[in-house]
Amino acid sequence: MIRIVFAVAAIALAASIAVADQDPIAARRALMKANGDEAKAGVAMIKGEAPFDLAKAHKMFETFEDAAQKMPALFPETSKTGGETAARPEIWQNMDDFKARFDKFAADAKAANAEVKDLDSFKAAFGAIGKNDCGGCHEKYRVKKS
Amino acid sequence: MKNRLSQVAVVAAAVAIAGLAGFWFVTLPAIVTVSALPPHTANLANGQTMFDIGGCASCHATPNKDPDKIDRTRLGGGLALPSPFGTFYVPNISSDPKDGIGKWSEANFVTALWKGTSPRGNHLFPAFPYSSYRHMQLDDVRDLFAYIETLPPVQGRVRRHDLSFPFNVRRLVGGWKLLFLRGGPFVDDPSKSEQWNRGAYLVNGPGHCAECHSPRNFLGGIIEAKRFTGGPTPDGEGWVPNITPAGLQRWSKEDIAWSEKDIASFLDDGFNPAGDFAGGAMVEVIRNTALLSTADRAAIAAYIASLPPREGPKPPPKK
Repeated sequence: MIRIVFAVAAIALAASIAVADQDPIAARRALMKANGDEAKAGVAMIKGEAPFDLAKAHKMFETFEDAAQKMPALFPETSKTGGETAARPEIWQNMDDFKARFDKFAADAKAANAEVKDLDSFKAAFGAIGKNDCGGCHEKYRVKKS
Repeated sequence: MKNRLSQVAVVAAAVAIAGLAGFWFVTLPAIVTVSALPPHTANLANGQTMFDIGGCASCHATPNKDPDKIDRTRLGGGLALPSPFGTFYVPNISSDPKDGIGKWSEANFVTALWKGTSPRGNHLFPAFPYSSYRHMQLDDVRDLFAYIETLPPVQGRVRRHDLSFPFNVRRLVGGWKLLFLRGGPFVDDPSKSEQWNRGAYLVNGPGHCAECHSPRNFLGGIIEAKRFTGGPTPDGEGWVPNITPAGLQRWSKEDIAWSEKDIASFLDDGFNPAGDFAGGAMVEVIRNTALLSTADRAAIAAYIASLPPREGPKPPPKK
């Protein structure tokens, strides 16, 4: 059984790498979409539209950390245009800064995941990540198209 | 016949001179005099609120390559604002007496915000959104001035604007003002709630939301019938969304509808109902609106949610 799990995981990993190779724009869009779906659930908890659920909070920060680790590899020189990309050319002019921001995003998400215990700590951690990590990057490196 | 021609020439010259004189007269930069200002005790806390909703730091704070590391109290200017008319360089409005506005009188400041006129009597370019600031209440403008005066002086004069002819002719801005400046300080609508009026004031006065969220004509004037329906960003690279209900309801296709509460929380934490974080210049706006009181954000949301639904220009298809 465990072998099957590993085999499936390996295939899934290989497939995701293959997809990333073929179409980094689609891959990064999928990661950001996943982030957005998690953040949507997080916002609902903060607004009191959904009850606070610690497991959901952990899952959100884990998704963020995972995406932040995968994203930097998805911006090869060949992926500046095409697809539905909102990436600004500034990314490739400031690749060191761009990658450093994802490192910080991953570290912040990991720290938040360790700190979160209730709604108040979740609000604080989530709010800080939004303004410091999401906002800083969207402002500088994403072009708004609609 | 020759006589006739010279008569025509004389009349034409007279008409031209009268026209120029008329233009000169109607485009005289307006000012507010000291005597027009009644006694006032500054409220610095209110001045800071006006500073935050006014987004002063977003343009006037000394730029940093990392926008999230900008010190919002150091108003040294220098940010480049690309536009279809050329590039504007935001002036130093710190309290520095030489390079900033440290020597300005209160009347100079009110004149700049309400009339778009500099202390030397020149027209300011409307990249400085006095077409919105002119709707601010006098006390709020004075509190804002008092607050800005408490911020540190920053040395360094900013380079001149780099505009193409004829847009670099300041006198012509007088014509622009005749065409596009409307109204004075905001007047409450008694048929609406106090909250709605506060929101309408913040949005249309200091907040100057429509300056970006409206399409402009070829002279750079807001197309009134399409106010708040979005349009291209001034640098032409991106798109500013329609924030009337017609624009916000478009989201309902994705099973996401913007409620009034969503608008208020977006202005606080930056996350829209889809879980996406604001982008582009709106990130800077969120940095400002996050500093407002919960009541002020709720007021803005109440007003925005009440806008008449209007279709605006269509964004270019996604590539």
